[in-house]
Amino acid sequence: MNRLFRFNQLWQLTSALFREIIREPGVLFWGILFPILMSLGLGLAFTKKADTVRKIAVINEQPEQNSSSDTTALPYFLNTRCEKNLTAEKGDWRWKHVIKDEKLGNSVFLFYPLKWDDAMKLLKRGTINVLLINRANTVEYHFDPMNPDAELTYLKLSNLIGIGELLPVKSNSEIKPLTVTGTRYIDFLVPGLITMGVMMSCMWGISYGIIEKRSKKLLRRLVATPMKKSHFLIALITVRITMNFIESLVLLLFALITFKISIQGDLSALILMFLAGNIAFAGIAVFVSSHTSNTEVGNGLINFVVFPMMILSGIFFSYQNFPDWSLHVISNLPLTIMTDGMRSIFNEGAGYNEVARPVMILLATGALFFSAGLKIFKWH
Amino acid sequence: MSSENVIEVKNVWKSFKTVQAVKGIDLKIPKGQFVGLLGPNGAGKTTLVEMIEGIQKPDKGEITILGKTWKGNEDELHNIIGLSLQETRFIDKLRVSETLKLFAGFFNLGEKRVNEIINIIGLDEKKKSFVVNLSGGQRQRLAIGIALINNPAILLLDEPTTGLDPNARREIWEILRSLKEKSETSMILTTHYMEEAENLCDYIIIMDKGVILKEGTLEQLLEDVPYRVEHRYKTLDDLFVSLTGRKIDE
Repeated sequence: MNRLFRFNQLWQLTSALFREIIREPGVLFWGILFPILMSLGLGLAFTKKADTVRKIAVINEQPEQNSSSDTTALPYFLNTRCEKNLTAEKGDWRWKHVIKDEKLGNSVFLFYPLKWDDAMKLLKRGTINVLLINRANTVEYHFDPMNPDAELTYLKLSNLIGIGELLPVKSNSEIKPLTVTGTRYIDFLVPGLITMGVMMSCMWGISYGIIEKRSKKLLRRLVATPMKKSHFLIALITVRITMNFIESLVLLLFALITFKISIQGDLSALILMFLAGNIAFAGIAVFVSSHTSNTEVGNGLINFVVFPMMILSGIFFSYQNFPDWSLHVISNLPLTIMTDGMRSIFNEGAGYNEVARPVMILLATGALFFSAGLKIFKWH
Repeated sequence: MSSENVIEVKNVWKSFKTVQAVKGIDLKIPKGQFVGLLGPNGAGKTTLVEMIEGIQKPDKGEITILGKTWKGNEDELHNIIGLSLQETRFIDKLRVSETLKLFAGFFNLGEKRVNEIINIIGLDEKKKSFVVNLSGGQRQRLAIGIALINNPAILLLDEPTTGLDPNARREIWEILRSLKEKSETSMILTTHYMEEAENLCDYIIIMDKGVILKEGTLEQLLEDVPYRVEHRYKTLDDLFVSLTGRKIDE
């Protein structure tokens, strides 16, 4: 009986834990449909350019003149180049300017004549992000320079209005939008969604699963039998990796069909990378759940691990925008390593040579955390 | 060790931080005997049973099961002990038969034993139900079925009927009485229900504050009630009051 490997135990545990997962109706939605919906939403948002609407407050500090005779830049622009809303009531836009652009998407500027206090209220609510003040022979732009959207509105507007004289609209004939497979946002996004799914699934599926079973005294009951403790953890990890594989495969197939993404590198290297990432997060999950039997503490511990990585590891947008001093730390986070590795295979044609190092790091991370977790693991 | 005793506890002590839970307990449990550990909450019953289960280690003293200590004999002892803990919850989305099959798998037992247990615990009609859909009494019967799956030589039941209604409690008693008739299993049952100890146990140990106050058969214990009771039979409640000055559920 005292064998190192007991197949029947492992089989019973694996099939029981697998049934537990697939019989939970939420698994189908959160594990499979939700990532698809997220990729669909974000993919469409970032691949098909919709009209971008920018709302701007206009504060006139000049004495009212006959609008057609006012030749200062801002009134002249508003009166000659904008569509005027003659029936505007309070809260409606008064002037509208549309830049039609098939390559970059249309930009719609809506201008609201406001007093300073009202404009500040709307700014605080996020309804507008730029205020224009018309002064004698000049236009002042007021906005938060830390807000990239406000900065973009300023750049576009200043290109149209200038600071005192009216500028001609520039041609964008030199702009060549990149639509080649591998360079689009969706190509960047899908590998990130897969790796984030793996992290979330391991951390919530394994960690929370263990903590919940401990709190229900099920772990204690299980170890009062001849069950091999290692077999329970192996079964739990096997079931989770299998589920991750199915969920990722569905997402990948959806992206292949809908967005025509492609895997430019080695498919077997991709599978290896995927497995290494799973092992890393499974190890971390066992470590995180090794001690507590309180599900609320478990919640906090899991969030402590997943939130920083979700924000920093460049799942939705590149982490290269973070300060230089932080890049070394960020690039060595397990989720960043896995995501960068997956993206290099998807989009840069990487193979075994390129991913050998990240695979080794992820495997070592998994082994390290797993063995540390086992050392302090509380079964009851 | 006496060949008749399946469990021997010798001068066992256990404390948790500042609480001395068990203070120098000795006991011997012969083969086939049903022993009730009776006492209020905090008496040390669960701690004593957990030490016999091997979950807790005594600070001092020795526990042997069939002459063996837990150290180095875990696998062997797990194979001969059946266990039902207070308020264990099994996997909600497993069926009754699947839950039993899971535990049977740990002992290399198959479908046949699963069906026998379903019959013993009277859950034939519920064998395809998910655990989450069982009533409290049915769940407790399942827990006892799991404890019996390996046909254990020793059965440890920690408060098996706490929180159950009188009918569900009587159903559990029936299962245990039937087990007593048909097998040589020895059992330790912790309870704070006097009636349960009186109905099921051959030998009763009354504990309070980590020590054994009194032990013996029901008749021996009732003889020791030092005062007369008018118009009714003496009960273990009377004994507990005479020993501690308070009722067991106070």
